[in-house]
Amino acid sequence: MEKFSTLTAIAAPFPKKNVDTDLIIRIERCTGMPKEELGKYAFEMARTLPNGDEDPAFVFNQPRYRSPQIIVCGEFFGTGSSREVAVWALASMGVRCVIAPSFGQIFFNNCFQNGLLAITLPAPKVEELMRQASQPDAKPFTVDLANQRINDSVHFEVAPRNKKMLLEGLDEIGLTLAMEPKIAAFQNADRKQRPWIYS
Amino acid sequence: MSATMFDRIWDQHVVDDLGNGVFLLHVDRHLMHDLSGQRGQLELKKRGLRMRNPGLTLGSMDHVVSTVPGAKGGNAPWADKLINVFRTESREAGVRLYDIGEDGQGIVHVIGPETGFTLPGATLLCGDSHTCTHGALGALAWGIGTSELIHILATQTIVQQRPKTMRATFKGKPARGVTAKDLILALIGKIGTAGGVGYAVEYAGEAIRGLEMEGRMTVCNLSIEMGAKTGMVAPDQKTYDYLKGRRHAPKDALWDQALAHWKTLPSDADATFDKEHTLDCSSLAPQITWGTSPEDVIGVDGRIPGNKPEALAYMGLTEGNPIAGTKVDRVFIGSCTNSRLPDLRAAAEIVRGRKAAKHVKAWVVPGSWRIKQDAEAEGLHQVFLDAGFEWREAGCSMCVGVNGEVVEPQARCVSTSNRNFVGRQGPGARTHLASPAMAAAAALAGEIVDVRSF
Repeated sequence: MEKFSTLTAIAAPFPKKNVDTDLIIRIERCTGMPKEELGKYAFEMARTLPNGDEDPAFVFNQPRYRSPQIIVCGEFFGTGSSREVAVWALASMGVRCVIAPSFGQIFFNNCFQNGLLAITLPAPKVEELMRQASQPDAKPFTVDLANQRINDSVHFEVAPRNKKMLLEGLDEIGLTLAMEPKIAAFQNADRKQRPWIYS
Repeated sequence: MSATMFDRIWDQHVVDDLGNGVFLLHVDRHLMHDLSGQRGQLELKKRGLRMRNPGLTLGSMDHVVSTVPGAKGGNAPWADKLINVFRTESREAGVRLYDIGEDGQGIVHVIGPETGFTLPGATLLCGDSHTCTHGALGALAWGIGTSELIHILATQTIVQQRPKTMRATFKGKPARGVTAKDLILALIGKIGTAGGVGYAVEYAGEAIRGLEMEGRMTVCNLSIEMGAKTGMVAPDQKTYDYLKGRRHAPKDALWDQALAHWKTLPSDADATFDKEHTLDCSSLAPQITWGTSPEDVIGVDGRIPGNKPEALAYMGLTEGNPIAGTKVDRVFIGSCTNSRLPDLRAAAEIVRGRKAAKHVKAWVVPGSWRIKQDAEAEGLHQVFLDAGFEWREAGCSMCVGVNGEVVEPQARCVSTSNRNFVGRQGPGARTHLASPAMAAAAALAGEIVDVRSF
């Protein structure tokens, strides 16, 4: 997995609340398309006008934000369906960091599984970042994972394990496979306690 | 020390404490379906890994199957391809798969309980957000993404942050016409679609105890729609009676041993929860959503609020108007929320001897092959067919809209499913979530109507 240390990039403001994973990627695009190609279908329902043209007002259609690496989002981003394709689609757009007051929890986990940093901040702080990102002459944001800071001014929390996984580019399946003796020991003991689970 | 049911089950599954509230948990039960399951199987293979415990996984065809009467596959070549991959990979790995046309096939969250694969006190995971449904039997169940799915296939474990606990107590006796769906929609309306973020919810109170198992499944199913990690109901005699004799449920001495264990699970009387919510059910009206989030919900006797203009514009509704009387084009009775036999009976009871409005296209999609057979044995299919409804094969159908089974742009659908998101049932589709009886009534009246008037 690609490591994440410090990222400096233009941040795209996307204040819409309750953005669900159906909106991020339609279910028809979840049927086997290579991950790398998904970006062009991200937000397709919101990107296009009823006549099929691009909606120039939509944030990710604006030249400055077409391949955003940082997105600052509204409350409860990534709610809904468990489809990991939503994270793949964002990653394919170029996104490495998502900032929001709260997240759908499956989406949140899916981010870290794919090397994306999801940052939860109190709503007033997100609003301030949103305001900064929305300025026509907004400077790039810097997200420093090691020091848990955005633009040297905003501190953020990240679960220590998630931080380590991203900083070192670790793969969770690899880590757990190395714990096989513990898993085997658990099952051996559990088989005696709850044999009906294994029958 | 007193403990909640959630704490007890969580602690019984800890393989390792990874620190800072993160645990490696054993996964007792894993369900796979044709959409996320086959993708996980292919990725596992690509990584050169094998399934660790294929016997603890069960598969079923649901997301991409066609539910056109008599159909035996997908609606398109791509769907048939996914179905074939899932079939082949499952066979190769030694996973029991309930295939199309087989007793046991259906929506994963319907067939898990139906076959007795879902058990109290078990951890149960699936690559689908509505996995929380299985909490109705006292399982600890939640939905996962593809990476976590592959993690389970390879290790039979999951790495997870321990959530906080919440209890939602439903007091009072619901009035006639007020169902499990109405109870949970009302709670979501009260605490909001993010009200459960970070929590595992236990549903309690006399109204929950009074529900049959299928009603509890409906309640738990919508836990994800308030952002909760999971929702669960303590097992009781209804749970044990429901499970006994089912195909994958323990038998004989193992049943007795399991039963003794299950009876130790419920939360202690003095257990404390990190958060408590209470809802009085006795004054509730049947609920229906008006907007594009499940939290946008009112009683069917209510007026359309004006706090979300964007949602109203999408839904083609006007602030201040009564929701009742809104003209309807489509009705969908089905999904992992409301497609079980009691749901179909409740809808049929409203429909019996009446006709659907001429302009309404109404579908009934049973949740499983078995439910379809049982409903037909009771003659329910004839009730629907006589009224002009379509009686279809088992699957996810118009809830997920992956299989070409969609609501037309700008068409309005009263649906017993779980999500009224923008475009969920098809681009431009306008979805109103409601109970099976309310959906059936809307099909007959041709508009949103209070089922209590039937």
